[in-house]
Amino acid sequence: MRFKQRIGRWLVPVLGGLAFVYLLVPIAYIFVYSFNDAGRTNLTWQGFTFSNWLNPCGAPNICDALGNSLSIAFVATIIATVLGTAIALGLARYKFRFRKLADILIILPLATPEVVLGASLLAQFLNLGWELGYWTVVISHVTFCMAFVVVTVRARVSALDGRLEEAAGDLYASPRTTFWKVTFPLLLPGVVAAALLSFAMSFDDFIIANFNSGTFDTFPKFIYVAATRGIPAQANVIGSGIFLIALVIVVTGTVLSYRRQKALAAR
Amino acid sequence: MQTTEDAKGGRMSTEGTRPEAAADQGGRAAVVPGAVGGADLVIENVSKRFAAFTAVDDLSLTIPSGSFFALLGPSGCGKSTTLRIVAGLEQPSEGTLRIGDEDVTDLPSHRRPVNTVFQSYALFPHMSVLDNVAFGLKQRKVADAVARAKEALELVELGHLANRRPAQLSGGQQQRVALARAVVNRPQVLLLDEPLGALDMKLRRQMQVELKQIQIELGLTFVHVTHDQEEAMTMADVVAVMNHGRIEQMGAPRELYELPKTAFVANFLGKSNLMHGKVVGRDGDYLQVEAAGGLQRVRADRAVAETGDVVLGVRPEKMRIFTAGEETVPAGHNRLDGTIVDASFTGVSTEYLVEVPGVGTVGTFTQNMGQVTGKAGEPAVMCWDPDFTFGLAGDDDVAAGAAERDA
Amino acid sequence: MRAPASRRPEPAENLSAAEQKAEKARGRIGVGLIVPGFVFLLLFFAAPVFVLLAMSLYAKPPGAETGVFVPAFEVSNYVVALSEYWVPLLRSFLFAGIATVLALIIGYTMAYLVAVRLRQHKLLAAILLVILIAPFFSSFVLRTQAWKQILSDEGFVVEALRFVAILPEDGRLTATSIAVVAGLTYNFLPFMTLPIYASLERLDTRLLEAAGDLFASPMTAFRKVTLPLSMPGVFAGTLLTFIPASGDYINATILGNNRDTAMIGQVIDSRFFKIVDYPMAAALSTVLMVVILILVMAYIRKFGTKELF
Ligand SMILES: Nc1ncnc2c1ncn2[C@@H]1O[C@H](COP(=O)(O)OP(=O)(O)O)[C@@H](O)[C@H]1O
Ligand SMILES: [Mg+2]
Repeated sequence: MRFKQRIGRWLVPVLGGLAFVYLLVPIAYIFVYSFNDAGRTNLTWQGFTFSNWLNPCGAPNICDALGNSLSIAFVATIIATVLGTAIALGLARYKFRFRKLADILIILPLATPEVVLGASLLAQFLNLGWELGYWTVVISHVTFCMAFVVVTVRARVSALDGRLEEAAGDLYASPRTTFWKVTFPLLLPGVVAAALLSFAMSFDDFIIANFNSGTFDTFPKFIYVAATRGIPAQANVIGSGIFLIALVIVVTGTVLSYRRQKALAAR
Repeated sequence: MQTTEDAKGGRMSTEGTRPEAAADQGGRAAVVPGAVGGADLVIENVSKRFAAFTAVDDLSLTIPSGSFFALLGPSGCGKSTTLRIVAGLEQPSEGTLRIGDEDVTDLPSHRRPVNTVFQSYALFPHMSVLDNVAFGLKQRKVADAVARAKEALELVELGHLANRRPAQLSGGQQQRVALARAVVNRPQVLLLDEPLGALDMKLRRQMQVELKQIQIELGLTFVHVTHDQEEAMTMADVVAVMNHGRIEQMGAPRELYELPKTAFVANFLGKSNLMHGKVVGRDGDYLQVEAAGGLQRVRADRAVAETGDVVLGVRPEKMRIFTAGEETVPAGHNRLDGTIVDASFTGVSTEYLVEVPGVGTVGTFTQNMGQVTGKAGEPAVMCWDPDFTFGLAGDDDVAAGAAERDA
Repeated sequence: MRAPASRRPEPAENLSAAEQKAEKARGRIGVGLIVPGFVFLLLFFAAPVFVLLAMSLYAKPPGAETGVFVPAFEVSNYVVALSEYWVPLLRSFLFAGIATVLALIIGYTMAYLVAVRLRQHKLLAAILLVILIAPFFSSFVLRTQAWKQILSDEGFVVEALRFVAILPEDGRLTATSIAVVAGLTYNFLPFMTLPIYASLERLDTRLLEAAGDLFASPMTAFRKVTLPLSMPGVFAGTLLTFIPASGDYINATILGNNRDTAMIGQVIDSRFFKIVDYPMAAALSTVLMVVILILVMAYIRKFGTKELF
């Protein structure tokens, strides 16, 4: 009995811990091989060097592709967040005809695999005779990020306590003031989370961009194409760098909020 | 002894509108024979430490089978921790626990013949009320689990809400479901952790009466945790007053109230007027104590110490108050002289705060018999029968427990 | 002016003029909020899907150059699509299904560890949560490529597996179905874990104590309380994993071979870009989308919760 209990107690931490290791294995691999003195192909270990980190733009076109991806992710995130947040508010708060239909239209992109989304947008762009490039990628990314924004923000809107808005109205706030002073600040964490998610998804997307970018290069596309010849070690540097920056930001934020909570609890 | 019929009548009148509950004799009657009474719960030298903090400190208690036992103490004194140890949700750092003859110290909570009514109710939100109540029975593979759960719901008069979800019930109704869910298992000990804390005053009084009646009907051992002294006294057969992880005093409510053994109990369980004094002599059964600038008397068998420094106490309602010069103090009564600092008329009574030199502020009140005794600023005289005086240890803190009571 | 009650018996409709006006004004704000996004979706989601449907019926005129098609109603495109590519289509759903189940097991364990077991250890839980989200921030393609290297014939994983004889002497991991499924599982794991984490984090652990108090063993408490209460997360996670996994072709391309691991996404991609057979690619896309929609609908029917969206 005792033995069984002890197994029960340790099973989840051990299996969960292994899963976390599994999650980190390729990331660790990418990090280690960013120090590989690789030359042209980064397939086998050739020796340790810092030179990749000192010169991350060393591989031809890599930083152009990175810049393109960052720019697209930024623009697409802003558009998707604004449009998506407005839709979330409109759907959660107001009643009008065709709302059920609107619901479905907004959720449908979530149920559409990226190949299909990419292929249909390509068909549309071909049909319209638009030239593929920066803006076609932005548009396609907005389409596929917006549904995520709507879902994320809407959960937050539904969780909002409507009485707070009534209280604000009771304290002489106009609807506009109420929105900006009460509703929006309460929604902000959800909006920020949605924006971060959009940015990450846009930045990391290969399939949709591959369909709609023509000869325009994005970072995932660059790596995918390079993979056939051997990915330059600079790609590992950039991949690790982004990961480390994100890690530092998130950890700092967590530690700060943890400290603040502790300080509040101590009071 | 109250009959079942009376009990039901009482609930009916407070609850109002459910004649069918009274009509359901069969369901009610079927519940009672299942009750086999409880078993003694013995807690021996139990301590619980969280890191360096001792939440329960060498606690020993015997709770007799079939009794309604109240654990009373201020917030943070270790009541919940004690209950959680009994329930098996917390392991004691030291000590043992027995139910009847069985040592249950190492038994995990799901094997203990104990059930809890949680302060938060902890109703399963994804199950219907009926499924909540049937949960424990189903775990133990009781054959007619659903039928019994229905009976238990009838017992708390919620039979008509069996198919609702907990979120669709009011606070009072949720509380009843939590009670039914625990009671239906006929545990040897039923633990209630401030079950009425979230209810408003009116509902609370009503539930107190109902809980007590259910306990009498079923004959189970109830251990009821509360920080409300009135609740403890009205409901329990035995009250244990707890402070800083220890039991300060234990006994029947009247016994505790009339003869507190520590300043904490005197102040926390009702109000007391306490004054420092010194034993100066003896007069038959009484000790003579110099206090408040005069000689007071206390029965030796009502005093913790018979020599040296003592603290004398008396309950406010045992005192009488007169305007100075009009007093009629019976021979042999204790007497205090002071100045009224506040007199507040509440209708039934008038409450006085009197500043007594060498003692501080003394509280008392008079029943409204049409008299007008005094106003703020006027001198007053108070007296009481020395048989009501109690004597505490001289080094006791006269303010202990007063702030916690009012918190 | 109040409408006569006899004609309009519904209380909701039975509003005063002022109430009706206010209701209308609110409705206008609502419509105003959703119109811009809506127009965008109509233009760049609904219309493209429509164009795709139309294109799937285009025909190639006899003797035309590669990539030239004319509008038609060529239903036989679908017959060809299904008869020629039913294998990669089925395989896609099979791989995605297996990957979803694996991700569910792994992701639930991680989410449970962080959200329930480590609830008291706030800082450790926060750090593990970062690691959960971390893969989002390092490139998908790069990670998949890393797996290829790790699982390569010279890599230590294969050598270790060969050493303990789990893998035969000449056995390999790259270019196998196992590698593709493992890659899919890995890459969509955060989409599974995060929604489950979100629902487990809301779980009131006092309910588990209550279950224990009511004679449920820890295992039973998990089955009867934890699992049902985390179902919205499981539901969202499985959908968010299965849908993109079934259309994915990066894993199949990088970690698989061209023969027996091909997934439908690869076929669509090569029809579009290598063979330039737009109608066939469009027909395959349509089939994929329709099958997914049917599966998702059935799934929502069976397990759906209102809380999801
Ligand atoms: N798990 C725990 N970890 C640390 N301290 C605890 C824990 N549980 C209770 N305590 C502390 O033990 C003391 C007694 O708590 P509790 O038994 O809940 O008091 P009560 O129910 O009488 O209000 C409190 O000071 C509380 O902060
Ligand atoms: Mg408590």
